[in-house]
Amino acid sequence: MKAISDPKVKAPSGREGGAVQRDLLRLITCGSVDDGKSTMIGRLLLDCGAVFEDRRRALERDSKAVGTTGDAPDAALLLDGLQAEREQGITIDVGYHHFATPRRRFIVADTPGHVHYTRNMVTGASNADLAVLLVDASQDMLEQTQRHSFICALLGIRDIVLAVNKMDLVDFDERIFSGIRDAFAGFSSSLHFRSVMAIPTSAVLGDNVTRRSGRMAWYHGPTLLEQLEIVEIHADAAPQLRMPVQWVNRPDATFRGYAGTVASGELHPGDEVLIARTNVRTRIERIVSMDGDLARAGAGDAVTVLLADDIDVSRGDLLASPDKPPQIADAFACDLVWMSEAPLLPGRSYLLKCGNRTVGATITTLKYRVDVTNYAHLAARQLALNDIAYVNIATVEPIAVDPYQENRTTGGFILIDRLTNETVGAGMIRFGLNRAANIHHADFDVTKAARAQLNGQRPIIIWFTGLSGAGKSTIANLLERKLYALGKRTYLLDGDNVRQGLNRDLGFTEADRVENVRRVAETAKLFVDAGLITLVALISPFRAERRMARAIVAADEFIEIFVDTPVEICEQRDPKGLYRKARRGEFRNFTGIDSPYEPPEHPDLILDTATESAEHLADKVMQFLRRRGVLD
Amino acid sequence: MNHLPDDLRRLEAEAIFIFREVIAECRKPVMLYSIGKDSSVMLHLARKAFHPANLPFPLLHIDTTWKFRDMIRFRDETAERLGLDLIVHINRAGLEQGINPIQHGSAAYTGVMKTDALKQALTAHGFDAAFGGARRDEELSRSKERVFSFRSKNHVWDPRNQRPELWNVFNCRIAPGESIRVFPLSNWTELDVWRYIEHENIRVVPLYFAARRPVVRRGGNLIMVDDARLPIGADEVVQDLAIRFRTLGCYPLTGAIESSAATVSDIVRELETASMSEREGRLIDFDQTGSMERKKREGYF
Repeated sequence: MKAISDPKVKAPSGREGGAVQRDLLRLITCGSVDDGKSTMIGRLLLDCGAVFEDRRRALERDSKAVGTTGDAPDAALLLDGLQAEREQGITIDVGYHHFATPRRRFIVADTPGHVHYTRNMVTGASNADLAVLLVDASQDMLEQTQRHSFICALLGIRDIVLAVNKMDLVDFDERIFSGIRDAFAGFSSSLHFRSVMAIPTSAVLGDNVTRRSGRMAWYHGPTLLEQLEIVEIHADAAPQLRMPVQWVNRPDATFRGYAGTVASGELHPGDEVLIARTNVRTRIERIVSMDGDLARAGAGDAVTVLLADDIDVSRGDLLASPDKPPQIADAFACDLVWMSEAPLLPGRSYLLKCGNRTVGATITTLKYRVDVTNYAHLAARQLALNDIAYVNIATVEPIAVDPYQENRTTGGFILIDRLTNETVGAGMIRFGLNRAANIHHADFDVTKAARAQLNGQRPIIIWFTGLSGAGKSTIANLLERKLYALGKRTYLLDGDNVRQGLNRDLGFTEADRVENVRRVAETAKLFVDAGLITLVALISPFRAERRMARAIVAADEFIEIFVDTPVEICEQRDPKGLYRKARRGEFRNFTGIDSPYEPPEHPDLILDTATESAEHLADKVMQFLRRRGVLD
Repeated sequence: MNHLPDDLRRLEAEAIFIFREVIAECRKPVMLYSIGKDSSVMLHLARKAFHPANLPFPLLHIDTTWKFRDMIRFRDETAERLGLDLIVHINRAGLEQGINPIQHGSAAYTGVMKTDALKQALTAHGFDAAFGGARRDEELSRSKERVFSFRSKNHVWDPRNQRPELWNVFNCRIAPGESIRVFPLSNWTELDVWRYIEHENIRVVPLYFAARRPVVRRGGNLIMVDDARLPIGADEVVQDLAIRFRTLGCYPLTGAIESSAATVSDIVRELETASMSEREGRLIDFDQTGSMERKKREGYF
């Protein structure tokens, strides 16, 4: 092979006979708004010949029109592809750009520097092997650099290039460079990076980016591009087999293949493998591909395997080495980055997707939030956009996982909001809490059906939701009297009463409201199990929790009744004087005043208290229960 | 494993993963088949992803009626040879109004015969996911687009509100009526596509290879005279030149390059030293400022 001297070559020299193997390095660049990040990437792209002539001409044209660098080409315009970005001169979203040298090819994720775009940086970092952190030599080390370093470490990036940029603004002074390098070494020591290479650069002049600087003779290390070419990657890939089953391929009755991408380790025909969920062992019989059977598959390969035994395996299952199995758990300690405008609320049910598995999940404990500027642990009851926290999470079914730092595929997950389908969080598992192994569901001989039969009724939850003062308790009380008169066994769980006992430790923040509803729902579920007709009168302001309450019992065991009274009427009635107090500012987070109420989208029954009496409405519920066959 | 270089193998596996994820999670996917080289590569990758099963989705071609004749021939041969379920959709209303690229300008024509046609077909069949061959290296607004790109009920893209995409954990969940555009070749470059075609012996439309063809010079572009519908100006001369195409679309809107690259390996060599981007010959990319982002927001692929 030719010696590597000229970076302006786009492809490996010579034909590819399998002899020339260029690997792929994925990197992320992080910097604050004015650190010269775009100029740096633009310089790499231009110098490596990754910008075609017509784009170069377009760049010159655009630079004159909207650029910020006078007549010189504004390299940022090579990167900021969205109209809004070009107009505002800022990077809004992650962009991916390619460049290559004879030795390696690179995909660089260009991520925004603004603090509120942390979630985009997390996105870019999740697939990066290495991070280039830019620091402005003429400024103090910014909070942002600490934030970026922390996120890189959290997402498992082990190799860092610290580009101390804008050296031209500090007269190429070695002392300033060493000062920043040492300060970085100081605060990053707790982050356990494998390699940190500090390089003094001037992106605007091109010094030490792709060309060695004549102005910093005191620096003897590699240029940025040289460092990117030589840094070792994938050096410590996990050796144990992990292959999540992505899709079951069954073209006909004779073929049942398991398609998936090998996350780590290797596969060979004849290898013994473990199906993690069921703990069943079998052997790989064949590795099938369109080009014929394969003798081996390694990490990153997308394959289809046939197993020796006819056993239960489906999407979301994990094939693993029997000698180094993953953890099976339904509770985990993990790091969590919150990515949604809507807050994270412990107790709320989300969907968790890990590998190819999607299960219901709840944050059970918010242990602490991290202040990323000084890495301090702070108490928190909920998380806001871009918060990073250490939490316990519980899933509704056990899943097979590894610590994220050992395996990104089996240790990383996203959280999805059940209603908006938005990706709201990214999690990195530290370890399983093994609750699944220690707590078993006990089955008893007297069943729910038996208890219901003895009571001679159909146990059910009748859930009244609505604003404070809407009339929920009044109607529920009348309804319970009517049911009692018919000889039905009932119980009324009333919001105010529950808060004096079971939930006396909870306040009125969003997080506490979620927990309040969760406990009432679980209690109601137990009462249904006990065979009771259970009435719940609870503001229960959020759709997500009402949906959860419905989901934890059988479909025909839950009736949602919306007591639909406009807030003006509730405020006029104000039976407990709460609206007056809330208006006077005596307390906060009052539903309908300064805390939201999400009306049900598809309630089973709507009661309009503005036009009908409570007595009449209770009768209406009775009629509804008869129609539903709840009352015989 | 196979004979592919490491980087192509990684890109191949990534694309296969994406195909399988859509099949596992989406209700009714379709592959947008534009007949070009990227579509040929996508089709090949999809067959690999599901081998030995047949493709678990149909192919959809939006026919503007102005494609090169060679493209249509290649499309029908390919469908026949591989036993594909091919849907061809033409915007009949646009056709009846006589919308064409010559009189109506590329922006209006593309809006009616491509964007509207695509939306019609997706809505009529109720597809909830559509594979497209777009790559991030093609155009700047594409570099900002996710692999799984969400569209509202009206097929509109909102670049300011994209889901974060972490690792290879794709969130494929959508509300009824919404849809996803999925780009398995997001991380490929033009050169990757050709190297892959070379390694895997994938068939492509002959127009990619240099041959003497009748062309006219028009506005700095070489436009091929593919049929009699192309009006030839009094001052224009039709001449036979050795040309080929780097991208294929509607023939009056697609510029050729002068080239002697007659085989795939010639093309790979030519690209290794190319100085112009492939979209240089695409007239529709340049008809308005920020034109690709605008088209995409409106529902174009």
